[in-house]
Amino acid sequence: MSDPMEQFKVVFFEECSELLVNLEEGLMLLQRGENDGETMNAVFRAVHSIKGGAGAFGFDALVGFAHIQETLLDEMRSNAIEIKPEYIDVLLQAFDILSELVGAAQREDAVDKNYGAEAAQAMKKIMETSGTVEVKTEQVSVDEEPQNIKTRHFNISFKPFEELYQRANEPILLIRELNDLGELDVELNTSDMPDITEMDAELAYFSWKFVLITEFGEDAIEEVFEFVEGDCELIITEEIAATTEITTAETDPDAVRQGAQKTAVAKTSGGETVVSQSIRVELDKVDRLVNMVGELVITQAMLREQGSQLLVEQYPNLVQGIEELSRHIRDLQESVMAIRAQPVKSVFSRMPRLVRELTASLDKKARLVMTGEETEVDKTVTERIGDPLMHMIRNSVDHGLESPTDRLDAGKEEEGTIHLSAFHRGGRIFIEIEDDGAGINREVVLKKAIENGLVSPDATLSDEEINNLIFLPGFSTAESVTNVSGRGVGMDVVRKNIQSLGGRISISSKSGKGSKFTMSLPLTLAVMDGMVVEIGGEKFVLPLVNIIQTLRPTPKEINSLPDGRNLMMFRDEYIFLVPLYDVFDVEDAITNPCEGLVVVVEGDGGMLMGFIVDDLVNQQQVVIKSLETNYELIEGVSGATILGNGRVSLIIDIATVQEMVSRQYAEPQKYVTETETPSSRNSSLAQTSMEVH
Amino acid sequence: MTTIVANDTSSDEKIRESAQIRQYISFNVGKELYAVEITTVREIKGWIPTTSLPNSPNYMRGVINLRGVIVPVFDLRTRFRRGKTEPGKNHVVIIVKLDERTIGILVDAVSDILTISSEEILAVPDQDVNPEYAFMEGLVAVEEKMVAIIKPKLLFDMELVPDMDTEIEPEAEVA
Repeated sequence: MSDPMEQFKVVFFEECSELLVNLEEGLMLLQRGENDGETMNAVFRAVHSIKGGAGAFGFDALVGFAHIQETLLDEMRSNAIEIKPEYIDVLLQAFDILSELVGAAQREDAVDKNYGAEAAQAMKKIMETSGTVEVKTEQVSVDEEPQNIKTRHFNISFKPFEELYQRANEPILLIRELNDLGELDVELNTSDMPDITEMDAELAYFSWKFVLITEFGEDAIEEVFEFVEGDCELIITEEIAATTEITTAETDPDAVRQGAQKTAVAKTSGGETVVSQSIRVELDKVDRLVNMVGELVITQAMLREQGSQLLVEQYPNLVQGIEELSRHIRDLQESVMAIRAQPVKSVFSRMPRLVRELTASLDKKARLVMTGEETEVDKTVTERIGDPLMHMIRNSVDHGLESPTDRLDAGKEEEGTIHLSAFHRGGRIFIEIEDDGAGINREVVLKKAIENGLVSPDATLSDEEINNLIFLPGFSTAESVTNVSGRGVGMDVVRKNIQSLGGRISISSKSGKGSKFTMSLPLTLAVMDGMVVEIGGEKFVLPLVNIIQTLRPTPKEINSLPDGRNLMMFRDEYIFLVPLYDVFDVEDAITNPCEGLVVVVEGDGGMLMGFIVDDLVNQQQVVIKSLETNYELIEGVSGATILGNGRVSLIIDIATVQEMVSRQYAEPQKYVTETETPSSRNSSLAQTSMEVH
Repeated sequence: MTTIVANDTSSDEKIRESAQIRQYISFNVGKELYAVEITTVREIKGWIPTTSLPNSPNYMRGVINLRGVIVPVFDLRTRFRRGKTEPGKNHVVIIVKLDERTIGILVDAVSDILTISSEEILAVPDQDVNPEYAFMEGLVAVEEKMVAIIKPKLLFDMELVPDMDTEIEPEAEVA
């Protein structure tokens, strides 16, 4: 069994990550000037809790830093220091350092002593200039009413319940904190202690009586016990006697109790318990559940396949039962997937700070507008979408938005707007980043692509094709690599990341008006609606969301290009026919589209293609299984699934098939040809890996 | 001279205390005998049709569904450049676990369980000069027949044998 302390640590860090999110959110609200009082309190509590936990585990660097931040926040929430935007900036910087320190503590990394010293200094300066507080490294003395200094005398009776210990609180930490407030006299009452044979290690037997002489008020004492409220019996009484009597009071506590007493607080457990609306579950357990439901979906598909051969008249109840089972399993699966769903807020909330930092270092003015933060996506998506998103925002600010003067010249507002939005549509989640900057300068893009050898000089490309050039590896339009975006990642990596999530990305851009990047991602990564198709006896699954229509063309509708590609007339435009049997190397397939079927699918950038298949089998939910677990990624395939008959079937990844086909048929004078091997492309990527516009 | 300690004899086991004794599963591919360490073997199952994967080496027969997990199946005969196995109902797939991965090896038939002392394992004569035999752990003689002990990890690791496909393709196509 692992060390219980380690388990507490795990819980502590879990809490920290949540607290840090709350903290940042709160600071963001404050920065926008939305302070309803509770926000400031929430921010303070977050730092306070982190400090408290860190103290228990002896993360001294973290405690020291959090302490300064906490002190400043305390001053702010008590209105001793005015909340100014520049102070919030300092607090945001401090937040970064705090996050880093938490991370370092979690990784058990050593922290440089001077780490965060600058931010700590900045915070101290605020407190000093505001003139009310003096911060020393560990000891704080807050003097709220300087004109009225006097020591006060409190009797505190503290009896923890077992819940207090169960919540991993430690009386010694509270006592230490009390001790920091002033002169403390501690008396431990062990009279409730049973005989050792009857003792239950899980129960609480001790109670304490404290006599505290302090310059602080009652609220300071209450604050010490803020986090054990309800888990203990706490009585704070103030001895109103004059300071001169303190000596007697100390020597004779009973005498004090007989004196004038004022019962301040008496709180017991029970009354104010807040009913929790959520529970914390290990991700492993959820994933097991997800897998189990996946198996259930497969079994159900199997039953349905068997059931479809039965005669309804003969087994009406069985057939109906199978139908109902299918419906229930679908509901069950949706509910289970909803457990893994998280609002994209957790990712979006990192962006405002990024924009702030970027605009400051680039001398630009930008406003980030976010909508749809509550849109829920699978946890894996929120985990892996962060980096690509940050990269795209960086691009928008760095390359998309013009400088304030250029904007004024162009008759726009000085401040640029970046609109980050998320929404659901058609079973997928869309995330859009739209800026009102200069738009993609296609001339520059094309020129750069030609320079980098990605396009031949005499190529004629459509606007959309030029836009899409920025996704090619080794592409950059940035005149110079700025330190903002020069992190060695290009849009090709962004696209790869999004594709690995089963997503797609597209751009639209209007010169002078701005650009819009649209990402579409699957709602879940475990199950999807698929169309099972047959090609030469093998069954493949096409994602249903990509399918526009299925039809059998007449020979008249098929036309050939000199390079051998076939075109089909579809809704008044020519679309390419993709011989899937060729792409996937299947024998004995129907090669003539007029004998088989053509499934019209939408690929990257809205491009339509006609996939030639033998036949449609059925439409069903499929559970996505990884090929990489035991083998490796196969180009053109996003994963595998198990059909009702127990056989494995490959799920076709339309975007990569599109890539494969365009590579295969790429005209030598237009795009990169196949003769350029991946390795040579990689090396050109390494040399020119830069940002894109 | 190597001897084999058969399963049912334990008479001279004490003498070999210093040597490491391991059990192996031996199997046939054509007339040849091969063996893998028994602890890596998860199960042995009869041949079931695979779903072939595009753009894979030819010794990769495709994937099967092993209780909800997608497992690749490799044809040992093709890997050894002896053509393609035409699997029937007597062919078996040995499911082995290699570190994180689970793979299946298509062989003709399982032969025996061998208990072999590490002292009995002989080196492959030209292993140093012929890297193609890196997958062989050693050779052992059982009842005067040679058994090659193989390490499946090296045999089918795509990164270690990336160009196997092009190397063996011409021969394999003939078969």
